[in-house]
Formats: sequence, structure tokens, C-alpha cells
Amino acid sequence: MSKVDELTERAEKAREKKAAYGPDIPLESYTSKAPAHEKVQTLKMLPTNYQNQSLGVGVDASEDERSGSFFQLDTSVVYSKTSAPNVEVLSVTEALDKYDWLKDYWWKAVAVDADKYTAQAALEFSNGYFIRAKAGAKTILPIQACMFLAQESLSQNVHNIIIAEKGSELHIITGCRTADELSHGIHVGVSEFFIKEGATCSFTMIHNWGPEVAVRPRSGSIIERDATFISNYVCLKPVKSLQMYPVFRCVGANATALSYSLLYATEGSHMDVGARVIMEAEQCKSDVISRAITNGGEIISRGNLTALHRDVKGHLECRGLILGDHGRIFAVPELDGAVPDVDMSHEAAVGKIAEEEITYLMTRGLSEDEATSAIVRGFLDIEIKGVPPALREEMRRAVHTTEGIGL
Amino acid sequence: MLDIQNLHVDVDGKSILKGLDLSINEGETHALFGQNGSGKTTLVLTIMGFPGYRVTDGRILFKKKDITHLPINERARLGIGLSFQHPPAIHGVKLKDLTEIAAQHGNRAFNTEEVAETIHIPPDFLTRDVNLGFSGGEVKRTELLQLLAQNPDLVLLDEPDSGVDLENIALVGETINKLLDRDKRSRGRRKAGLIITHAGGILKIVQADKAHVLVDGQIACSGNPGELLNDICELGYEECVKCPR
Repeated sequence: MSKVDELTERAEKAREKKAAYGPDIPLESYTSKAPAHEKVQTLKMLPTNYQNQSLGVGVDASEDERSGSFFQLDTSVVYSKTSAPNVEVLSVTEALDKYDWLKDYWWKAVAVDADKYTAQAALEFSNGYFIRAKAGAKTILPIQACMFLAQESLSQNVHNIIIAEKGSELHIITGCRTADELSHGIHVGVSEFFIKEGATCSFTMIHNWGPEVAVRPRSGSIIERDATFISNYVCLKPVKSLQMYPVFRCVGANATALSYSLLYATEGSHMDVGARVIMEAEQCKSDVISRAITNGGEIISRGNLTALHRDVKGHLECRGLILGDHGRIFAVPELDGAVPDVDMSHEAAVGKIAEEEITYLMTRGLSEDEATSAIVRGFLDIEIKGVPPALREEMRRAVHTTEGIGL
Repeated sequence: MLDIQNLHVDVDGKSILKGLDLSINEGETHALFGQNGSGKTTLVLTIMGFPGYRVTDGRILFKKKDITHLPINERARLGIGLSFQHPPAIHGVKLKDLTEIAAQHGNRAFNTEEVAETIHIPPDFLTRDVNLGFSGGEVKRTELLQLLAQNPDLVLLDEPDSGVDLENIALVGETINKLLDRDKRSRGRRKAGLIITHAGGILKIVQADKAHVLVDGQIACSGNPGELLNDICELGYEECVKCPR
């Protein structure tokens, strides 16, 4: 049986397989078909409202301070371009045609039969991006990628491949959002990351879905010797149901995985977000840091560090803030050491804002609401090393433009 | 500027201030002595409007306006500033940002970096989280920085010299003098101040006009700061409790 047939068969068998976490989403209430959109010559040719909405998730149509762009509208890749030498930005379909070797990466970091959502992405595939930094290529200015969902009741099933070849440096910001008027839809996004020996890759993902949109990202990464992968995830806007639990495998000696997430759930939003790092070689390092705020919504914040090799180090930190009288934060930190001589720790804290902090700020002239906002913004201001200033600014902007916590 | 009349305050259902009267005029600085637990901090936090300090009787007038039930930030905007004895640390809120927020109400141009340098606050401190990991002396100096930015007309200082090392005590004292217009001739002074001090050390540098001794929630005695402090040093607060004045 060919590899493609084998993958299809495995996906078929997993069509009804419920995910380990999160509410089950009936996929039959969505369609995977959408009318094709024409390509654009520049992002400025996109409808103005789409341009403005994308800006909120870090995708700038002017392409200033970006070294490449990718834009997928529903199931159509309407734009892909790079100005950085030795960095490729293509639709994944195009890349699969261009590179025969790419099939060796296809479903290598994520199992095609993990659950019904990975099966859907395989069987009802609707494109995705391929971003690759060739060996030694270093780009500080980020590549931006946008997944935009505008078609009512669409299931957008994308599959992305990101490769940072040996010794390269690659920074990506990916924004996902729905058109303001969309009321019903689902985004299923498979992303596979391959961070080769000595490479550094940062991936900053900002999500802005709608209150009736379900989201099921499925990410896996394989991090080789002396390589570093930094993953930042920001979701501060309403979403009906978001569930993701990316897995980072540190397979080579001295590989590093750093995962940071910022979550804010208002009433009606359900988020089940985690990160798992498996350390499989000596001197691997990991940090899994999350900040979760509920203002009426429900957040399950998971973290798992697994040590399969001696001499590894990891830290897990889940901090949650409960604003108001409703909402729930359930922190689930897990440490799994299967060998001696490992150093793993975790801290988790869930609570409300201390009144003395609010009154302190009020003595400097801030109103109670302004003081609360300042504290909440401070809570979300985590120090992230290894990310270019432009990306830190995008994360800061996402926080500052969130209703209820922004200025 | 400040006129407190027959103030009664409960904290957690317990009566702490029991009919306190105190007036501070424009240009005057008063010192407040008292044993631990006599109600000194309760008084300044009540003037500032902290929740949990329930005024059961009496009133507080500031610039002739009754502020007894105003929220904290409105009192701050009217011109009352407080230097905390033990302020909380606030993760993610930077000292520079908070100082500049305070300066917005100060009605004058304010250069945070320049002023910070004059009170020995190094530039990297400005980008640190407010009070997080600051030493006792650093807390006092950064509190003063925020007050200099805020430029209040009435300055409340709760133990401004506690935890300050000898090397910086003169600097802290001079800064307070500046805040309270003590560096000007008496006719040119516009600011008013209330300094809580247990040991009175700061008064060697900051010349107060008047002092009061707080005993069991009331002003038991008022007079010349130097003389009162001498009496307390010689005879202890026990004598103030017994004193019939």
C-alpha cells in the first residue's frame, strides 16, 4: 500500500474518534467546501475590512517589518510572498508538488489518526502554508501568515509545515480570525514543525475567533540537537470552544522548547489549552508558562513535562486570575519523570486580584477600573526571550486592544 | 487645608479612632507620634479613603470640601498624596509607567529619569515591576518619586524613614522638605504635610511646625515637635497615656 493510501485509511478509521479533551464538535454541521477566491497581487488589494480585521491578529497588509506573507481566505491561498533570501513561503499544495521529499514530513509530527479533527484535516484538506528557512538562513523580520475564515458554516481544514533547517533562524507570526459577520464555523489546523540542528524558530500565534466558532488546532514539533523552538499563543477574544494541546518533542541533546500562552475568556467562551514537552535527550530544557484570565468564561490550563532521559530540566507555570463572580479556571500541571536525575518543577496559582494592589494604584489617581486593567495587563506581560521586538509589540498590542483589559 | 472633626473609625468592627480632631493649614507640616496600634496608620488611610476604614461619625474636610465618602482616586485628584509604609508589589506594572500616571495629575512637566537620578534611583529600576524585590530603603525612595510626580497639596507620609540606611536618610529628608515646600521661606509654602513617625528620626531633617501624640484613637497632646519628642524619649509613651493634658 502506498504511503498516501495508508494515511487515508488511518484517517478514515479515525473519522468518528473523539478527542481526548474538549467538548465533541459535530463536524457534520459544517461544510468543507467554499467558493474559490482569486489571488491578489498585494495584501492591500484585499477588502479593507479584512485588512483591518487581520491587523488585530498581527498581520499587517502594508507588510512593513515583515520578510514574507501568506494569506489564506477560507480554502483559497490568495497570497504568498517572501522577500527574505533562502526563506520559502508557499501554499502547502504547491510545496508538495514542488518537493517530493516533503511527503516524508507529512503527518510525521502529528498522528493522522489522533482524533476526528486530524482525520478531517487529512480527508477534507483545504490547503495551508509551507514555510522553510534554508540551512544557515537568518531572518529577524518575521514572516506573517493569516488564516481567515469568512464563509458561513465552513470547516477550514488546513495543514501547515514549518521547517527551520540546520543553523537557521526563523520567526513567524500567524494570525487566525473570522470575519466579523460570521456566526458559525470551525477551524481545524494541523501544524507540523521541524526545527533542525542548531536552528532557532519562534512562532507567535494570535487568535481572534467569534463567539460561535469552534477551533481545534493540532500541533506537533520535533526539535533537534542544540535547536530552540519558542511558541507563543495569544487568545484574548471570545470563542465558543477552543481545544489544543500541542506536543513538543525535544529529540536531540540540548534541545529547548519554550511555550507561553495568554488566555482571556469572557462569558460563553470555553478554552482547553495546554502544552506538552517530551524531553528525549540529555540537557534538554523546557519552560511551559501560561497566564489565564476568566471574566465569566471557562479555562482549562494544562501543562505536561515528560522526562525520558537523564539530565534534563523543565519548569511549568500556570497562573490564573478570576475577575468578577463567574467563570472558572482549572489548572492541571503534570510532571512525569521516568528516569532518575531530572530537574522538573511546577507552580500553579489561581486567585483574584488583591484589593491592596487596586487601592495602591488608586492613590496615584487611577479609577478602580483603570487600576484593575493595569494589573491585568501587567499579569499578561510575561517576559519572552528570543522573540524579535516587532513580535513582542504585536503581543502587547493584542493585550492592549482587548475590551475589558485594554486602555 | 485639612480639617478633621470628631472622627470615629471602625476597622473590622473594632473602634480605632474615637473622636479625633485635627487641623493642618496650608504651608504647615505636622508630625504624629504614637505607640504601635494607637491608630496612626488608620488615620492616614482614612484620610486617603481606604475601604475597610469605616467612618462611623465625624467628617473630613479638604480644601473646605467634605471628602469623607469620596473614593481614593478622587481624593488623589483633589491633591492628597500618600507614601506607604509597606506598599504591595505589583507584577507587570513598571515603576516608570506608574510614576508617569501619577504625573498626569501633577499639573506640571515631569521628567521621570531626571528626578529619579536626584534621589538615587538607577535607570534600570524604572523598568522594574513596582516594589517587586525592592529593599526597605528603595521602597521609600520610589514612593517619594511617585509623590514628586503627583505633586500633591497634602502629603501623608507613613514612617518615611523606616528601613532607610544612614547613607540615604539625609536624601530622603531633603526630598520630603522639597515635597512640603520646606525648602522655601515660610510665607512661600503652599503644601501641607502629616508625617507619621514612631521614633522621630526624620524630624532632625524635616522641621515640623507642630506635633501630636495619638493615644487610644484620640489626640492626647499637641505641641512643639522637639519638646514632645524629648518628653517621649525621656518618659516614654506611658506618660502620655497618663498625662492629664
